Amino acid sequence: MGKYLLKLYITGRTPQGNRAIANLQRICQAELDGQYEMEVIDVIEDPQAAEDARIIATPTLIKALPPPLRRIIGDLSNKEKVLIGLDLSSPGDEEGHRRG
Amino acid sequence: MAEPAQRPSVTKSPTGIEGFDHISLGGVPTGRTTLVSGSAGSAKTIFAAQFLAEGIRQYDQAGVFVTFEESAADIRANVSSLGWDVADWEAAGKWAFVDAAPQPGDEVVVSGAFDLGALVVRVEAAVRRTGAARVAIDSLGAVFSRFENEVIVRAELFRLASALKGMGVTSVMTAERTSEYGEISRHGVEEFVTDNVVILRNVLEGEKRRRTVEVLKFRGTIHQKGEYPFTIMPDQGIVVIPLSAIELDQRSSYTRISSGNAELDAMCGGGFFRDSVILVSGATGCGKTLTSTEFIGGGVDNGERSLLMAFEESRDQLSRNASGWGRDFDRYEREGLLKVVALYPESAGLEDHLIRIKREIDSFKPNRVAVDSLSALERVSSIKGFREFVISLTSFIKHQEIAGLFTATTNSLMGGESVTETHISTITDAIILLRYVELFGEMKRGLTVLKMRGSAHDKEIRAFTIDGTGMHIGAAFRNVTGILAGHPRHVPSAEIERLDQLFRPEGPRGGD
Repeated sequence: MGKYLLKLYITGRTPQGNRAIANLQRICQAELDGQYEMEVIDVIEDPQAAEDARIIATPTLIKALPPPLRRIIGDLSNKEKVLIGLDLSSPGDEEGHRRG
Repeated sequence: MAEPAQRPSVTKSPTGIEGFDHISLGGVPTGRTTLVSGSAGSAKTIFAAQFLAEGIRQYDQAGVFVTFEESAADIRANVSSLGWDVADWEAAGKWAFVDAAPQPGDEVVVSGAFDLGALVVRVEAAVRRTGAARVAIDSLGAVFSRFENEVIVRAELFRLASALKGMGVTSVMTAERTSEYGEISRHGVEEFVTDNVVILRNVLEGEKRRRTVEVLKFRGTIHQKGEYPFTIMPDQGIVVIPLSAIELDQRSSYTRISSGNAELDAMCGGGFFRDSVILVSGATGCGKTLTSTEFIGGGVDNGERSLLMAFEESRDQLSRNASGWGRDFDRYEREGLLKVVALYPESAGLEDHLIRIKREIDSFKPNRVAVDSLSALERVSSIKGFREFVISLTSFIKHQEIAGLFTATTNSLMGGESVTETHISTITDAIILLRYVELFGEMKRGLTVLKMRGSAHDKEIRAFTIDGTGMHIGAAFRNVTGILAGHPRHVPSAEIERLDQLFRPEGPRGGD
């Protein structure tokens, strides 16, 4: 398992954004055993970053590495869905996947 | 334009879309969002893109295009066929995309609550960067199908609309409809997004596609009601045909022009009026093309320019016909006094023909326009569409203060009337009927001026002959009745003389 590169896009320091940050930190510490890099991007401060990554919804978590690239939107309160998005859940459980 | 003095609360910004500003009485409400709703293939995206393109081209206003459905690259490619170089405008900082289209192969997982804050931020940033006055958003339906949670999407679109309002930009949002005459949009977005709704339709009518646009509501301001046909021109985009919104403000001229035939001029009380529209109706081979040829010739003799829109015969055929009547079309064209445009009626829809004719008139600037024949165009349209076409064409010609001569073919050899005649006779200023008259086993031709608005005219039905120098109008059919009804009947001379003595003390004119 390679190192994870995770980018979390939020719109300002809203409760929703803060919740997403906290949830992500908790999941990473529990599941990724230090093998990750996490970056929080506030699109209000850096709209171009949102433009480049084509972010519409916030919070959006992008798993940039390892491939394939995945997008998880929401405050990450549903841990199962986050694990699916990070390809950490058992195969066969595709319920949370939607093309976007 | 739309009475800003009386209604200061809502002003309008012209879209620059030809004809639309006419039916909307000035454009879309300034600083607000207008919903443009339509079924699949109703040209919503073109409307949205054209709103920005005309802003750049005509008003030097930058625009932001937010796309949820097609990628920016697709839109650039699609509108290039309309003659818009979006990449060029992007480079000049006049057009910016906010590409919110789904990424191919992108898997999206939803985990918990979210909003569309990033979208609002991107739109705001793009508006600030370009100094945009216009924003187009295409389309709301794609946003709804993207995110399952309709409640969140509605709330966020409302936020976006409020943000646009806060920035003072004038915007257009497109939305899908499932049927042409049902609810305004699929997701019921209109009631919370905007007070202003425009509907685009693409209706099948008698095997023909007919595009229309309707301003359904503009809160706090006025607009024309009902549907107006529009077409999409290759190098221009949407062109709305305002029809009944056309004002009857054309001036009437008392200047007479020659019909190209001295005898016909005399019958019309000294020629046609300068800015009148004349309908020439008759059976096939009866002399309609000859009448239009002489009409053109009459212009040439006076140094005037004529445009001939031919829908039945080719340019060469017309030229050959004309030379048979002593009129040299080739020479007229060389001298720049004539332009012949021969088209197949089926080559385009009526709206396209209308715009083509307008273009030709605008570029050639003729003094006279002949359409031979107008009835050939009936084939490509519904009767309603045809009538709208004729009204619009007639109005346009009158506004140019030029003379128009249309021919119409009747479907029976003897008598009868054409569909064209039925539908446009009230619109035209003069009607000339050409009829076959069967007398004593011989076919003769007859001509009468049925109507001549604003002028006295000869009411007799006169016989005419055709030879190598054109049409020669002779004496009236004095002892025949029932010509127009298609049942000519010989009346004994004695009876005519008796009637003449009753009604015409000055005595009979020459008999036939």
